[in-house]
Amino acid sequence: MTANGYTIRRFTPERSTLGKLLARDSILRRMDWVLLGSALALSAIGTLLVYSATRGRTNLTHGDQYYFLLRHLMNTGIGLGLAAGVVALGHRRLRGVVPVLYVISVLLILSVLSPLGTTINGAHSWIVIGGGFSLQPSEFVKITIILTMAMLLSARVDAGDRVHPDHRTVLQALIWAALPIAIIMLMPDLGSVMVMAVIILGVLLASGASNRWVLGLISAGAVGAALIWQLGVLDKYQVDRFAAFANPALDPAGVGYNTHQALIAIGSGGLFGKGLFHGSQTTGQFVPEQQTDFVFTVAGEELGFAGAAAIIVLLGLIVWRACAIARSATDLYGTIVAAGIVAWFAFQAFENIGMTLGIMPVAGLPLPFVSYGGSSMFAIWIAIGLLQAVRIQRPMSA
Amino acid sequence: MSNIPETGRTSRVTIRLVILQILVFSLLLTLGGRLWYLQIRNGDEYTEKAASNHIQQVVTPAVRGAILDARGVPIADNETRLVVSASRTELLKQKDDGKAVLTRLAAVLAMPPADVIAKVRLCDAKTPQPCWNGSPYQPIPITDKATTQQALQIMERREDFPGVTAEPTAVRRYPAPSKANAAQVLGYLSPVTDDEIASSQKNGTPLLRSDQVGRSGLERQYDAALRGTAGVTRYEVDNLGRVIGRAGDTPAEPGANLVTSIDSRVQAVAEKELNDAMVEARKTFDTVTGTNYKADSGAVTVMDVHTGQVIAMASAPTYDPNAWVGGISPADYKQLTGKDSNYPLLNRAIQGLSAPGSTFKVISTSAAVNAGYPLDGAYPCTSSMTIGGRVFKNFEGESFGAINLGKALEISCDTVFYGLSYNQWLADGGTKPKNPKDFFYKTAHQFGLGAKTGIDLPGEVKGRVPDRQWKQAYFEANVDYWCREGKTNKQDYATQIARENCVDGNVMRAGDSVNFAIGQGDTLVTPVQMARIYSALANGGTLYQPTIGKAIVSADGKTIKPIAPKATGKLPDSAETLKYINQATAGVITSGTAAWRFSGWPQDKIQLHAKTGTAEVDGKQTTSWLTTYTKDYAIVMTISQGGTGSGGSGPAIRKIYEAMYGIQANGSIDSKKALLPTPETKLPKFADDGSVVRAVSAVTTLAPSSGAPSAPAGGPVLAALAPGRDDKLLLGRRYVS
Repeated sequence: MTANGYTIRRFTPERSTLGKLLARDSILRRMDWVLLGSALALSAIGTLLVYSATRGRTNLTHGDQYYFLLRHLMNTGIGLGLAAGVVALGHRRLRGVVPVLYVISVLLILSVLSPLGTTINGAHSWIVIGGGFSLQPSEFVKITIILTMAMLLSARVDAGDRVHPDHRTVLQALIWAALPIAIIMLMPDLGSVMVMAVIILGVLLASGASNRWVLGLISAGAVGAALIWQLGVLDKYQVDRFAAFANPALDPAGVGYNTHQALIAIGSGGLFGKGLFHGSQTTGQFVPEQQTDFVFTVAGEELGFAGAAAIIVLLGLIVWRACAIARSATDLYGTIVAAGIVAWFAFQAFENIGMTLGIMPVAGLPLPFVSYGGSSMFAIWIAIGLLQAVRIQRPMSA
Repeated sequence: MSNIPETGRTSRVTIRLVILQILVFSLLLTLGGRLWYLQIRNGDEYTEKAASNHIQQVVTPAVRGAILDARGVPIADNETRLVVSASRTELLKQKDDGKAVLTRLAAVLAMPPADVIAKVRLCDAKTPQPCWNGSPYQPIPITDKATTQQALQIMERREDFPGVTAEPTAVRRYPAPSKANAAQVLGYLSPVTDDEIASSQKNGTPLLRSDQVGRSGLERQYDAALRGTAGVTRYEVDNLGRVIGRAGDTPAEPGANLVTSIDSRVQAVAEKELNDAMVEARKTFDTVTGTNYKADSGAVTVMDVHTGQVIAMASAPTYDPNAWVGGISPADYKQLTGKDSNYPLLNRAIQGLSAPGSTFKVISTSAAVNAGYPLDGAYPCTSSMTIGGRVFKNFEGESFGAINLGKALEISCDTVFYGLSYNQWLADGGTKPKNPKDFFYKTAHQFGLGAKTGIDLPGEVKGRVPDRQWKQAYFEANVDYWCREGKTNKQDYATQIARENCVDGNVMRAGDSVNFAIGQGDTLVTPVQMARIYSALANGGTLYQPTIGKAIVSADGKTIKPIAPKATGKLPDSAETLKYINQATAGVITSGTAAWRFSGWPQDKIQLHAKTGTAEVDGKQTTSWLTTYTKDYAIVMTISQGGTGSGGSGPAIRKIYEAMYGIQANGSIDSKKALLPTPETKLPKFADDGSVVRAVSAVTTLAPSSGAPSAPAGGPVLAALAPGRDDKLLLGRRYVS
């Protein structure tokens, strides 16, 4: 503030607590309400869809038809709390604890591989905490990777040393990111690995790293995929899923069953759907995992094109706001964090909805905000908190 | 570097962020496009799939309508039986594909295990009967003769018999009232095939997996009316096939009853007399072949001359139609269709072909009159005639001098008709025909030969009139073969004929024409064609389309759809000619060829007309024909390899008339014993519940069977086994009926 030799005394009026909140520079005023509103709207729709998908599944609900509805609401509440915490902390202060978060994350995913871990739907990626709760650490690793890479890549740029991160820094960031991904690959949780690869791509793009790194990463991804396929690292169920994706008519009672039933559910929805709680595919429980990975089929069947497209539009709004936040961030750190989240949300939503629409192979990924699942919900809301934190610290003019 | 906070972001980063944004939005746009494609463009297709996914149909078969005789006596109806069936899908879930289960089942049912296992295998080109040719998803009936004891044993030990059920079911029954079997007229049922289901989707009455379809006879002809409409209960089910709701029911509509013109009592008499005549013929020595007559098959048809309605139609050899009920056994099947079976499934009255022999002469007489020959002219009945170098003999070489046409009919003089036909052949130009008039061939067509009569039975054959057109077509089909054979050095009769035919086989020769005039040679007719012709002679010249169905009556007896007699032609004879022919055919009884069989017949009370026929068949014994009529009835009988017309069939036909009119041994008429002195013109009366109200007490032992099947004998036990309980788990989503 003394750059021109003047001392400008800033006017700081006395303000009440409410006044502080309503002031032009207050946190509430600076927050991105479209982002928050869209996220809340999606969570609300998600609550209804999860309820519709589970109210008849007595084997899952233990007789309480509101079991999943209440838990979904509770998860959303906890998620909101986490987001508020992140906002209160501020993303720059959070930057200081990133190494700690990194260590915790790696330990958590290692513990999944230990006898503590549990296999659900073919992926050994869960820790059962007890009392009906379980933790899926790979969801949090997505955040850890974004924060770790952002911290490393932006450090010298934000300090003003360099215009773009140098090769050494990029390599360093990639190695740190590769470690948890390698562990997750052992689970194997291929869906999460795919999302993380896309996150790294988004992060590298936003960091301003040389084009060679970006292109190199894309080719490495392609070669890696080919190698995985060739070397037979994949489990049979994963190969089958891809086979069923390539030809959905193949074995509609077996590996192609999910996709087949999902397509029927969505396709039969028409323009306005069969009405909430009135979908025959949903009430008849023809689509497996309908409250989690295949929750979009409930929207497609019961709310029709209007409802399903509304979910895509809301996701679009969130991604759009996140892009705007990335562009207007005051530092590269904020930009990278926001861009990483953009890549994450967009790709995960695309993969999840895409597999229910038969244009992507089946992979166990939740639909952000909508799918039932605590870990995913918490991680998503922490990301919303991060976006808001970046946004709040931008200059008023932006 | 300024201290503006945005300095950290270079243009490279800004461009990269724009790229990222474009990328992610194109992903979301792709989703939107795909969503539109699935839900709006192809929505209907998926709506259909969703419906078939969660709607499970349970079919309640409709009770098939009964077939009643003219007085309302059922000749085909239903009874309740305990049917034990096995579900293939369930059996295949067993480790040994259900072998152990089926073996246990065989023990309970006291059947050979191999038979039980054979019944549940699927039919294909290599699998002989028994096998299942219905849907593999449908329970396959093992037996319909289970006792209550056996059913209880199965249902109480469900765990030992997975996929096996025992349920009371209405099954077809052919009660044979008065022992009238009428097997070929009734036909039989068998389970619907996949192809039939597929093709039935196109018309208004789609078939269901569980349907039985009429395969021949009336069962096939009136299948649509008799079958009714199966009831369908639509359950909403979840992915495990558990019932979660109901989506509308369609109750079963029982099939309509068919009232026929068959009189089961006359039918029984006709069957017995046909059989007796054949047995008798086998005891008779044939001087031509030097062995007894084989009498391998035969048919008799009794027709109401005023309507063309069939009162009795019997075909021999015959079989028990109940053999088909509940799936035919391999032994029975072989007996009915094997090489040595003599094909009892054929209805010889409409499918048996042979030359008509002298019964054709009424047609030749009409042809001669139409060609301008006077009825009372003098025609030489010599013992033989030489035409084109061949000698054509009179039957048994008799000679009667110059006689009129009536006498020629009466005594069946062949040479008279040879002469007439030969003259016409010459008039038509002989071997070089010029605008031939072909009176004899034309008249045969006008009498309805060479065409189906249109009787309401499937599989009728049309026979053949060997006219010039046929000769030409036959020549074209065979000329290559004849010429090839003719070129060989063989000198036998067949090769010589082939050599001749190779040159001019398409030319109508004199021999062809003279043979045709006496009903020999290449002419082929069915008994029902002859019955129709002789009915027309009796009724003043109207050719009716023969019918067996008289009315279709709804199961509740309220809607009656009569099947009206249909006149389809007129004989080309003047009233005078008909009268003349009738006199001559009456003479056959009193003083002609059949007189020796009808001595003592009360001709003054019931005038009987007849024409005998003995058709020659290459390499076989002669076919016996006897065509007869009174003012109300025509009876035509034919026995293959059965001897002469009067000899083979005379006593049998006489006995049928005697039974119908109540004629006693001394020639008096006892109207109380007459089965059917005049044709039955009324339909039976139906009560409000659809059952038949009958004044005749002789048949009260037969349960009325028009509506529901009769009550199950086992009462509460069977009720406990009854199907249709909602709580049962359906067969799973892959069972689409």
